[in-house]
Amino acid sequence: MASETHEATEIAADAAHGAADAAHGGAEAVGMPQLDLTTFSNQIFWLAVTLVVIYFVLSRIALPRIAAVLAERQGTITNDLAAAEDLKAKAVEAEEAYNKALADARAEAQNIIAQAKADMKADLDDAIAKADAEIGAKAAEGEKKIAEIRANAMESVKVVAKDTAKEIIAAMGGKADAKTVTAAITARMKG
Amino acid sequence: MATEAHGAEGGALELVFHPMDQFIVKPLFGDGQVGMFTITNVTLWMGLTILAIVGLLVLGTSGRATIPSRIQSIAELAYGFIRKMVEDVAGKDALPYFPYIMTLFIFIVFANFLGLLPMAFTTTSHIAVTAVMAMMVFLTVTILGFVKNGAGFLSLFWISAAPLPLRPILALIEIISYFVRPVSHSIRLAGNMMAGHAVIKVFAAFAPMILIGWIGVIVTPLSIIAITAIYALEVLVAFIQAYVFTILTCVYLKDALHPHH
Amino acid sequence: MEGDVVQMGAYIGAGLACTGMGGAAVGVGHVVGNFLSGALRNPSAAGGQTATMFIGIAFSEALGIFSFLVALLLMFAV
Repeated sequence: MASETHEATEIAADAAHGAADAAHGGAEAVGMPQLDLTTFSNQIFWLAVTLVVIYFVLSRIALPRIAAVLAERQGTITNDLAAAEDLKAKAVEAEEAYNKALADARAEAQNIIAQAKADMKADLDDAIAKADAEIGAKAAEGEKKIAEIRANAMESVKVVAKDTAKEIIAAMGGKADAKTVTAAITARMKG
Repeated sequence: MATEAHGAEGGALELVFHPMDQFIVKPLFGDGQVGMFTITNVTLWMGLTILAIVGLLVLGTSGRATIPSRIQSIAELAYGFIRKMVEDVAGKDALPYFPYIMTLFIFIVFANFLGLLPMAFTTTSHIAVTAVMAMMVFLTVTILGFVKNGAGFLSLFWISAAPLPLRPILALIEIISYFVRPVSHSIRLAGNMMAGHAVIKVFAAFAPMILIGWIGVIVTPLSIIAITAIYALEVLVAFIQAYVFTILTCVYLKDALHPHH
Repeated sequence: MEGDVVQMGAYIGAGLACTGMGGAAVGVGHVVGNFLSGALRNPSAAGGQTATMFIGIAFSEALGIFSFLVALLLMFAV
């Protein structure tokens, strides 16, 4: 059937077409090369050769090698993961030790601070008590002195007032009765 | 024939459509007949496929580095991809057949991608090639099913979950679909490859339109854009078809190993 | 003349066969669309079902490829 069509088209074909057919070298250059049975044996033979070669290359060399590489990588990754796990545990341990040391040091420091505070407080209390006592003594002494000074000052004021009053009375032409003046001044001073 | 010669207005230039010429098997040396052992472009492109595979999977992994280079990580990616597919789809006891499936996948994917190079010959676009691979899968799976399960393999066709009167009909349908498997398996791959390449060629034939007439001002850019778009789609299809071929192989293998639904 | 009529019929048939591709397109779109709507509802289950989606795509696309093949056969081989 194919050759029939071929003949029919051969008649209709132009010169270039005929030349192209001739170049294909086939008396059987059919329209669909896939159906050209004369080339089947050739293709099947070379396909078989190719597949056998590929199969042996793959099963003997390539696939075992890739499998080995993948397994090795898996092993490396597993090892590395284990190592990482180890290191992590170590790091956790170290952190714990560090935290413990830190806590100890902190407690000790707290103790020392408390001690120092207590010592200082005692010293301070002593000093304050002493100082209070001293201050009390001094204050008492001062008060006494003030009282003395005030008494002296009172006496002086009385004398001055008496004299001044006598002078004033004399200047006004009166006669000063010492007793009355003293009594008056005393009464005034009290008031 | 593929040739549709349209006379141009000036008559000097014409559009030439040869969408199927890229699939012609021809000898590399001389013009002789294509015999069984003739070195043809099939040989050349299958050889290049082998070289590419060796380059990726053997030379690329020759470093055996724990921290992989780029090529090595691609090789490992392909390995892991197919291994996981076999394990997930066909089960753990299918792993002995992993090299076989990997061979199919890596061959198809490289043949597809090499076929996308300009001027390349796409070996997987030929029914002869894909049919052989599909028949290989079909025969392997059938023989394996009978070897592993004995007559129990036939329970694949006898669906015990269905009501009894329906079972013979279902069995007939199952048997037909079982024997159609290699057909669809092979034609899917070859057809996809052929279709994409032929469509690209058809659009490419429209590209010189600008040399012929004013209409080419519109047609030529459109055809170039279309070629680019179809090419992108073909890159996707090249991978997806290899993936689909492989995953269907895994599915069939699962049926052979565990015929009970 | 007779050959021309046969060829005309073959070409018309090829064109008609191409309508099958539309069906394959609808089928593939249906598969992917339903997969997507399911995946958006339950994204966690989507990853495991990608392979199933591709198998479904492959099955429905194969039929479109068959129609394409019929078209090619009509054009080049009949």
